[in-house]
Amino acid sequence: MTFTLSNFLLFMVNCILTNNFIFSRYLGCCPFLGVSNKVETAAGMGIAVTFVMGLASLFTYVVYHYILLPLGLSYLDTISFILVIASLVQFVEMFMKKSMPALYNALGIYLPLITTNCAVLGVTILNIDNNYNLLWSVLNGVFGALGFLLAIVLMAGVRERLESSNIPETFKGFPISLIIAGLMSVAFLGFAGLGVN
Amino acid sequence: MNPILAAVLVLGGMGAIFGLVLTFASKKFAIIEDERLSLAREALAGANCGACGYPGCDAYAEAVIKGEAEINLCTPGGQKTLEALSDVMGAKAEQTEAKVARVLCQGETGVVKQRYVYNGPQTCHIAVGMAGGPSMCAWGCVGLGDCVRVCRYDAMKIENGIVVIDEDKCTACGMCVKECPRSVIKLLPKKALVAARCQNAAAPRDARAVCDKACIACKRCEKACQFDAIHVINNCAVIDPLKCTQCGECVNVCPTKCIDQVVYTE
Repeated sequence: MTFTLSNFLLFMVNCILTNNFIFSRYLGCCPFLGVSNKVETAAGMGIAVTFVMGLASLFTYVVYHYILLPLGLSYLDTISFILVIASLVQFVEMFMKKSMPALYNALGIYLPLITTNCAVLGVTILNIDNNYNLLWSVLNGVFGALGFLLAIVLMAGVRERLESSNIPETFKGFPISLIIAGLMSVAFLGFAGLGVN
Repeated sequence: MNPILAAVLVLGGMGAIFGLVLTFASKKFAIIEDERLSLAREALAGANCGACGYPGCDAYAEAVIKGEAEINLCTPGGQKTLEALSDVMGAKAEQTEAKVARVLCQGETGVVKQRYVYNGPQTCHIAVGMAGGPSMCAWGCVGLGDCVRVCRYDAMKIENGIVVIDEDKCTACGMCVKECPRSVIKLLPKKALVAARCQNAAAPRDARAVCDKACIACKRCEKACQFDAIHVINNCAVIDPLKCTQCGECVNVCPTKCIDQVVYTE
């Protein structure tokens, strides 16, 4: 894929809406349901995921194309990506704690949660499967995470409203959240027509 | 190269490199944490109630260590926490004034007139939004127990349509004070036994019309007080706890018994 404005915009719509990580790929559902009680924390989580997914796409691209592929070890991608992501998150956390305390206070508590987030691992594998080059890999990571951010913030907004609504006893808590997630997923199917691939 | 050997070497090598980088980073980015921080954090009550004005015990402990906050702000911890904190900070323990939450309303069922029978959701916040609330007094306790639900110390209950606080259990954390939509609950010094328990700011005649125990701003308490401690402000008697000597003169002269003296039965 060459880098043109129309390609870029299509790619963005594709990542954020059509192939939304939560609603159409069902990746990253754990933080999506776990950290979506308040819009504020949901946004914090979403931004932290954006940050990590962008970086993870960059580093796993380098590891895959410059270490694994030349040595013919491409079957080791999943396990080595886990290693890369876990170390990366740890490193970023330490770095942020020291040099960006404000950012650390805002995102710090979410960083360890992201280490094993399947959306992060998912995006790196998808980058490889789709044969994206470095630029598109990073863009895929960032835009995919923005889709995650959109989804989790929308969900948190709905769940805040749920607090004050009269829900049948059986559906209170987790069941109604899952039903809402399902309904939102159906709604996002409406964007399927916008997709290019 | 043997593919198994290559796999082992690559993964092992990557693990080793990342491990080294992380070890280096943890040295390079190490943050020297004040050891007093964890000590101060342990000294606090750990209720995360926010009574000190900081978001949670961690934030307050940090503020104390930095010297930004006084050490006597943790009300749930009381004297014990204060002494522990003063040990940590090396400062002299000041006496904190023990406080307690008091209900400034005596509008029990039958005492205050009802505007309508309320059958909606049983929370004060919703009830006060319905044509000014079910009781005729717009300043009184609604009695649906929003405060009871936020109390973490099981110190509150609803009796006869009004909230009653168990002063032995109350830690003056102030959660109920924040929750009450009518600001009926106030934190007052525990030793202030005399309390003017009405906040009805309506004209005296209107106040009397809706509640048998309303302050009618007759100012008899003002005249009876020898210490200039009680004044009628906004049609309501207000006691200055610094001047009040708990003599109880105002309690005796109050015609509607809106001023009340706590009697301990020990």
